[in-house]
Amino acid sequence: MIAELGLAALWMAAALAILQVVTGLLAVYSTRGAGEDAALPEIARLTRPSAVMQGLLTIFSFAMLLWVFAITDLSVRLVAENSHSMKPLVFKVAAAWGNHEGSMLLWVTIMSLAGALIALVERRLPERTMQATIAAQGLVALGFYAFLLFSSNPFDRLPFPALEGAGLNPLLQDLGLAFHPPTLYVGYVGLSIAFSFAVGALLTREVTPAFARAMRPWILGAWIFLTLGITAGSYWAYYELGWGGWWFWDPVENASLMPWLAATALLHSVSVLAARDALRTWTIMLGVVAFSMSMLGTFLVRSGILTSVHAFAVDPQRGTFILALLALYIGGALLLFALRAGSIVEGKRFATASREGALVFNNVMLSAILAIVLLGTLYPLVTEAFGVRVSVGPPYFDPVSAIFVIPMLLVMMVGPLLRWRQDSPSRIKGKLMAMLAALAGGALAIVLIGGVHVLPFLGLVLALGLAVASLLPLRGRQLRRVPLFTWGMVIAHFGIALALFGMASDSAFTNEKLAAVRVGETAIVGPWSVKLTGVEPIAGPNWTAMQGNLAASYRGEEPIKLTPQSRSFWAPPQQTNESALSTRWNGQLYAVIGEQSAQGRWQLRLWWKPFVIYIWLGGGLVALGGLLSLIGRLLADFRLRMAKRNRALRNGEAAA
Amino acid sequence: MSALKPKHQRLVLLGFALAALLAAGLLAAWALRNQASYFYLPDQMKANPPAVGQAVRLGGMVEKGSLKTLPDGVTIDFTVTGRGNAQVPVRFTGIVPDLFKEGSGVVAEGHLAPDGVFIASTILAKHDENYVPREMQGMTDSKAAKMAEKTTVGLQ
Repeated sequence: MIAELGLAALWMAAALAILQVVTGLLAVYSTRGAGEDAALPEIARLTRPSAVMQGLLTIFSFAMLLWVFAITDLSVRLVAENSHSMKPLVFKVAAAWGNHEGSMLLWVTIMSLAGALIALVERRLPERTMQATIAAQGLVALGFYAFLLFSSNPFDRLPFPALEGAGLNPLLQDLGLAFHPPTLYVGYVGLSIAFSFAVGALLTREVTPAFARAMRPWILGAWIFLTLGITAGSYWAYYELGWGGWWFWDPVENASLMPWLAATALLHSVSVLAARDALRTWTIMLGVVAFSMSMLGTFLVRSGILTSVHAFAVDPQRGTFILALLALYIGGALLLFALRAGSIVEGKRFATASREGALVFNNVMLSAILAIVLLGTLYPLVTEAFGVRVSVGPPYFDPVSAIFVIPMLLVMMVGPLLRWRQDSPSRIKGKLMAMLAALAGGALAIVLIGGVHVLPFLGLVLALGLAVASLLPLRGRQLRRVPLFTWGMVIAHFGIALALFGMASDSAFTNEKLAAVRVGETAIVGPWSVKLTGVEPIAGPNWTAMQGNLAASYRGEEPIKLTPQSRSFWAPPQQTNESALSTRWNGQLYAVIGEQSAQGRWQLRLWWKPFVIYIWLGGGLVALGGLLSLIGRLLADFRLRMAKRNRALRNGEAAA
Repeated sequence: MSALKPKHQRLVLLGFALAALLAAGLLAAWALRNQASYFYLPDQMKANPPAVGQAVRLGGMVEKGSLKTLPDGVTIDFTVTGRGNAQVPVRFTGIVPDLFKEGSGVVAEGHLAPDGVFIASTILAKHDENYVPREMQGMTDSKAAKMAEKTTVGLQ
């Protein structure tokens, strides 16, 4: 019964999406050529309520899915295939979106909620543009409803209830799973709003600074979630896989990086449009590209076309369906763009040495990096069509993307110090000297340490330069009067510097030790000495493990106890290595225990990774910076509206 | 650039963006040809070995009775075989995946050493039903020949 309620809600939501597309488009086309203040037909009043209702229905549908998972209703196929009655409750619920159908329902739920939210609160733009935007949002959602209802129904019943569920992949039985996919999905799908805004503005030819200001908070919101999702996903892979790496250039990781790169570019170009009324077409283009990358990512992950830890759904029919959706939406949006781009009036001009100039340069660099990641991700697919199997990894991605990352970081140091429209480098001579001093000092220091390869070396130097440069916009200003969104920028840029420092430091200074030790023996890695004090069997709710008890001592200090485990799950049967971490301010000790080898020795793999945690701290700061900007922009907008209203009230009183 | 007419600025920007993207594309195409790591079966590796030191992947079956742990306790030697009689000796230092055993399928990432031993830096083995290295999909212990058929499609 519960499953049927969920399914019914999903069908009704799909019907409302159709209604919203029809009324929205009717409203736009019946007033064609009538100007932005034209009275919209009566039917347009249905558009916003149907978007809101659609959001409520999908929430209800998703809640029903959570419910059948929580009570482990084994007559539902999805539950039987992905859950197990003996799992802890939190993993039972998380299993609801740890599979193909459930995660697509989550995707649609977030998408229609985003649509409901703009329908509910966004009233700054001309109503005609909003009708077009909401119609576009409905149209995109409709494709995904069709996908869910026709090829991946999460509420499908089994003819006979299963006796027991098949369980959830143990790698996914982790709290990381409870947060990682939803966070990333909010980011992915949040970009659909940028897409709908872009399509709406193209339909009504209303590409204005007001449009950019309305779109900016939504992009910022999606971008914050993407940043958090990627950061959390990276940390999760780092400790869960037990391989000691934090980024593998895995297709699925790339699938989340590509929308982030596009969204970062979009975020900056939309700021130019909002502040200076330039980069109109470019911003629209990026709006289309960003969400296209989200959909491409979904296609790559969900179609199972690529080898990956995450690609658990291998089903050609679904792949074809998503590919068709992808072609339809991206193709349609690009066609609309091609038809209308010529009619968008050129924005304001600016000089090369100006803040716009720096932002444009970095926008292009980000796009180039995006192209490189995209080509590297798709290349194995292309060669496979010609019968050659290849894989593309760090030897390609690291150096090739660095060629564009390095100039981008250099311009990123200077850009925020430049004025809008026109500026001369001589005005900020002092600050430029400070940056150069930081770069030179850093380079000298690292040469003295020695033994660092080219890319980590450049990374460390640039991280230091950027850290100094990112704080310079605050120099000579009263800190308490600096607007919140400027703080956001400073913190986000500083976060990039910090993350870069962590990445470069990890590849430059990591110590690795692989040893087979008996109980009582000690292994040395970097400044740590790690003693194996014992190995004991342990039992968990749905696994058993051999646990190594380690006493790890940093430079002869009091030993810390670490307990890496080699776990065996029994539903489904599988083994995982649970790593154990010890975090200090200056790095992390990472320990994994392997099999017992001959003569009672145990395999132990240890890493000392100096400053590695700054990668994720930096990522967190970038997201925090985004959040501060978002709050700052919303506050500024709120104050502006209050001031306008007060003025209107005063004028009214004066007239009376 | 400040003296340019609006129309010209748009063209300059467009030209710059296209040039950068074109450069990125060409660079990527060139680097992909050189840096992509190719997949080899044992027979192919014997018949047409990759350059010494070049990063490639080797896929096949771990031959029964060939797995030996060296005295250091963390380095293993084994032999990978394919459909034909070709055998490639492999050396790996590290913690092997849990489902790695004799008679099972394996994909090793690494390079060929001058003495003909394949030095593996990473070993991928069948993880569970859901995660299977692409080259080994649908493979069980007794299906070595089938695997070789499957993975050689179009490779000849």
